[in-house]
Amino acid sequence: MLRVDVEKQLGEFTLSARFESQGRVTGLFGASGAGKTSLVNMIAGLLRPDRGTISLDGDVLDDTAKGFHLPAWQRRIGYVFQDARLFPHLDVAQNLDYGRRMNHLADDHAQRTRVTELLDIGHLLDRRPGKLSGGERQRVALGRALLAKPRLLLLDEPLGALDEGRRAEILPYLVRLRDEARIPMVYVSHDPAELRQLATQIVLLKDGRVTSFGGVKVLQG
Amino acid sequence: MFEITPTEWIAIRLSLRVATVATLVATPLGIALAWLLARRDFWGKSLLDAVIHLPLVLPPVVTGYLLLLTFGRKGLVGGWLADHLGIVFAFRWTGAALACGVMSFPLLVRPMRLSIEAVDQKLEQAAETLGARPLKVFFSVTLPLALPGVLAGMVLGFAKAIGEFGATITFVSNIPGETQTISSAIYSLIQTPDGDAAALRLVMVSVIMAVAALIGSEWFARRATARLHGN
Repeated sequence: MLRVDVEKQLGEFTLSARFESQGRVTGLFGASGAGKTSLVNMIAGLLRPDRGTISLDGDVLDDTAKGFHLPAWQRRIGYVFQDARLFPHLDVAQNLDYGRRMNHLADDHAQRTRVTELLDIGHLLDRRPGKLSGGERQRVALGRALLAKPRLLLLDEPLGALDEGRRAEILPYLVRLRDEARIPMVYVSHDPAELRQLATQIVLLKDGRVTSFGGVKVLQG
Repeated sequence: MFEITPTEWIAIRLSLRVATVATLVATPLGIALAWLLARRDFWGKSLLDAVIHLPLVLPPVVTGYLLLLTFGRKGLVGGWLADHLGIVFAFRWTGAALACGVMSFPLLVRPMRLSIEAVDQKLEQAAETLGARPLKVFFSVTLPLALPGVLAGMVLGFAKAIGEFGATITFVSNIPGETQTISSAIYSLIQTPDGDAAALRLVMVSVIMAVAALIGSEWFARRATARLHGN
């Protein structure tokens, strides 16, 4: 279970969000500028809250009252960014292997095969990110995050940089991921249709505040 | 006319050794400072930046004299190093390397700093979320992406070190075989009757080395752009 209760001042903008989520896929919904990315960055540990706590399955990740902040690299929280952020100097295979190397995990051949098959990226392994299409890049980024064996996967508008056709290409992979990978996810989007297909719970964010929380029905309002 | 004599070879070899040692010692320090200037904000940052650039704007003879005061046998640092570690700079080739290292440092640091600044910090964040601690982020993402700039800085620093004259001759004098680099050899030769031909040969050697360094540095800079775009 993910518990978030944080406040953060970002210039003129105040982010003050509180929610608990049990769902397999928590959809974080809101217009651009609602504070979605800042909130996700705080869960990832890339941004420190001014006040509050974040915990995952009972483990405290942030507790400002105690001055505690677990750095991002120790959280084991995967992050798929809107802009993929593959390492340009490494080929796809090395990108996929990066998290395993950094976490000193044993080489898991079966897991690697499973992920590359799930995402259909086996034929891209020796290419450089510069030679991939937008959709391929996003699939590799997903695979890279998964292979680091995270406890939670954050996806920040992973389809945001793609056109309509490419979105339709990736969405089925995300559905498969939800049903097969057994990793809880936080999925950020400003597209209700996308969230209806993927999310099991919705957190609605408006102007830096959580305005409602619940099942996918929340999106109707 | 084009035959390089053994004495000239001694100067050329000494210059190469001095510049190589100066560059190799300055590089790790240069990378660390370049990273600090590119990625961190701290009190006294502009002062540090100014001190690094000082040898570029000070008269070389002033830098050389300051080195003599500090690292000479009676200098504060030089005296301590000689007494405790047995390291002597004054009138030794090591002193020439120190002078060349200091003089070339601003040229060495600048491309390194620019190339580290050009590395997208979002990639460093991505590495962090994948479990890389800060030092590993630096060695697995930042440094490889900045590598062409680092090499460009080394080449430029090396070229500057090869040609350094003012600070070197002030600090360690002009002793053939010990501290007489190409530049100081040329200086001696043009003050000697009949030294013109030898001076001209050494001039040509230094022009060739300088041009090669500039081409090399430009080549590394182009590699950097290609690398950042992932091709």
